[in-house]
Amino acid sequence: MTQNQGYTTADGRQIGGTVMEMKNITLKFGGVTAISDISFDIHEGEIRAIIGPNGAGKSSMLNVISGFYTPTEGEVWYQGAKRPLMRPYEVARQGVARTFQNIALFEGMSVLDNIMTGRLTKMNASILSQAIWLGRARAEEMANREKVERVIDFLEIQSIRKTPVGRLPYGLKKRVELARALAAEPSILLLDEPMAGMNVEEKEDMSRFILDVNDEFGTTICLIEHDMGVVMDLSDRVVVMDYGKKIGDGTPTEVRNNQAVIDAYLGVA
Amino acid sequence: MLYRTAGQYKTSYEADQALFPVRQDAILLMVVLALAYVIFPLTASEFTFQTLLIPILIYSLAAMGLNILTGYAGQLSLGTAAFMGVGAYACYKMITLMPWMNPVIAILLSGVFSAGVGVAFGIPSLRIKGFYLAIATLAAQFFLIWLFEKWAWLYNYNASGAIQVPNLDILGVYVTGPLASSVTQYYVVLVIVTLLTLLCINLTRGTLGRTWKATRDMDIAAELIGINLMKSKLTAFAVSSYIVGVAGALFVFQWRGAAEPNLFEIGLSFEVLFIAIIGGLGSILGNYLGAILIVGLPVVLNIVGEIELHDVSLAVWVIIALVLGGLFAAAVSLRSKGTMIGVAVVTLLLVGYAFAQSRGFELHSAMIEHLNIMIVGSLIVFFLIIEPHGLARLWALIREKLIIWPFPH
Repeated sequence: MTQNQGYTTADGRQIGGTVMEMKNITLKFGGVTAISDISFDIHEGEIRAIIGPNGAGKSSMLNVISGFYTPTEGEVWYQGAKRPLMRPYEVARQGVARTFQNIALFEGMSVLDNIMTGRLTKMNASILSQAIWLGRARAEEMANREKVERVIDFLEIQSIRKTPVGRLPYGLKKRVELARALAAEPSILLLDEPMAGMNVEEKEDMSRFILDVNDEFGTTICLIEHDMGVVMDLSDRVVVMDYGKKIGDGTPTEVRNNQAVIDAYLGVA
Repeated sequence: MLYRTAGQYKTSYEADQALFPVRQDAILLMVVLALAYVIFPLTASEFTFQTLLIPILIYSLAAMGLNILTGYAGQLSLGTAAFMGVGAYACYKMITLMPWMNPVIAILLSGVFSAGVGVAFGIPSLRIKGFYLAIATLAAQFFLIWLFEKWAWLYNYNASGAIQVPNLDILGVYVTGPLASSVTQYYVVLVIVTLLTLLCINLTRGTLGRTWKATRDMDIAAELIGINLMKSKLTAFAVSSYIVGVAGALFVFQWRGAAEPNLFEIGLSFEVLFIAIIGGLGSILGNYLGAILIVGLPVVLNIVGEIELHDVSLAVWVIIALVLGGLFAAAVSLRSKGTMIGVAVVTLLLVGYAFAQSRGFELHSAMIEHLNIMIVGSLIVFFLIIEPHGLARLWALIREKLIIWPFPH
């Protein structure tokens, strides 16, 4: 498996070249090293999982990718170029969308408005045009509403579009959050524990949505998840972290048989 | 039944995102506009214009400006009065430097200056939030008042230190100053307020509004989905201060006629903040409801206190009875015990007062003043208890009930 070539997965899907590459990332908070010298890549169109025990640094890694943390050392390469120092909103504008471990929806807004915020980066009508609700602003509003409605259809949340997000149950909130990220039409979608706190049916639904997103839009997905069954079923390749270090990287089968991974999860006898 | 939305289908996103997707809302608005543009000007007295209509509109506008900042973008500000002052002084300077200027245009332009000042004082919001930001905006409040006092150029070196509104006309009709009639002043205020309200509604329901609300609800998530927080916060400060500045210019030019720096003290900031909170943060309608309660109610209570029982015609009693009955019915359908008790207490007080008056009991006007303050104060507490999210939310709940009325759900 070389750097810039794709590969074919076990189930026969063709995966493209590298879209994002983490090179020797180290992240320190004062004296605490959250991530030490980790490198891995994400290929176009694949589902890449990051797993590891609690406190392994998975969420920190995701925060580095989405630009929320700046790595102390190391480089992030995105679409063939080294990413300069950026604010998180600039990273988002480059096509990296994410969801959060603890749902981070805008509670004061309706589902529709929440998903529409996912398209804010695509809207640039002037303030004047917005104020008089004519011309560009109006056209943009309608065009983006249409895109958003497609996402709403896709995730089967038509019946709650006008509901304030605060009134929704947990599982639906997670789905709305996914919708908001999808509305941005990202080239990489980061999912931070998309199935945390869900029951079996909800997990199945969410798994199906993740696979569908990957299948229909070809979206590259990088996810963190604790449910091993889900991870092994969904992902094409898995990075395993423990105490801020990478201890394994490969297909689910390879990772499952990796002695270091087994030790990290089950302990050393 | 009255508010039935069944049968009103939308077949396009355009229709779904129209200003008033529900027909009854549009009809209600038409009624209000007809009242404001035709009925009130035809029937109102000089006193009504000067103590109710004009100030309520101006305070609503100021609260709307603050609401953009605090209710929509989530940035707490205590400097509203100072920004109103900037608008008023800017308008005064423009008109005295360029006497040929159209006064309405000058009023609209004066907001540009307050917008600039607002953005400058909004810069701390990039680092601090909530109460801490409120304290930072206090700096604007104190600094600007100081500036209005000490910078003599601002008031053209008047010996009094106050600004006097000159008589200015458009095509021979005086619109500002002592020569302007109340009706003209009212129309100028009304047109500007209507226009700015429309712009605010559009801004808050569109892209910018979503940017602001996202910033308010969860700023970290907002930044991670691609919102430039700096831009979002500073545009909120700019738009808010623009509206507040125009309100300030109207405050002095169309209502007070003259101003001293202490007119823009922190008390005024609080008054506008109360209007916004009681009306409902994050709502446009709320500003009007809040202004009617805070500005209009004391005046009405004063009038009510002064009239003798036998002066009051049957028609007025019928109206009072209808209003109280309506409120009680609304309370019953909302199943709000608090409201029911409140309305019952008010009714009892009114009946008691009427009885006492019939026995020769009289209130001194000083007593009326005190009672007035107490009543307004307790009403504010009462409304906040039954609906902490303000009068606008209360109306939204009533409206929701009305849509399915007479069925419970």
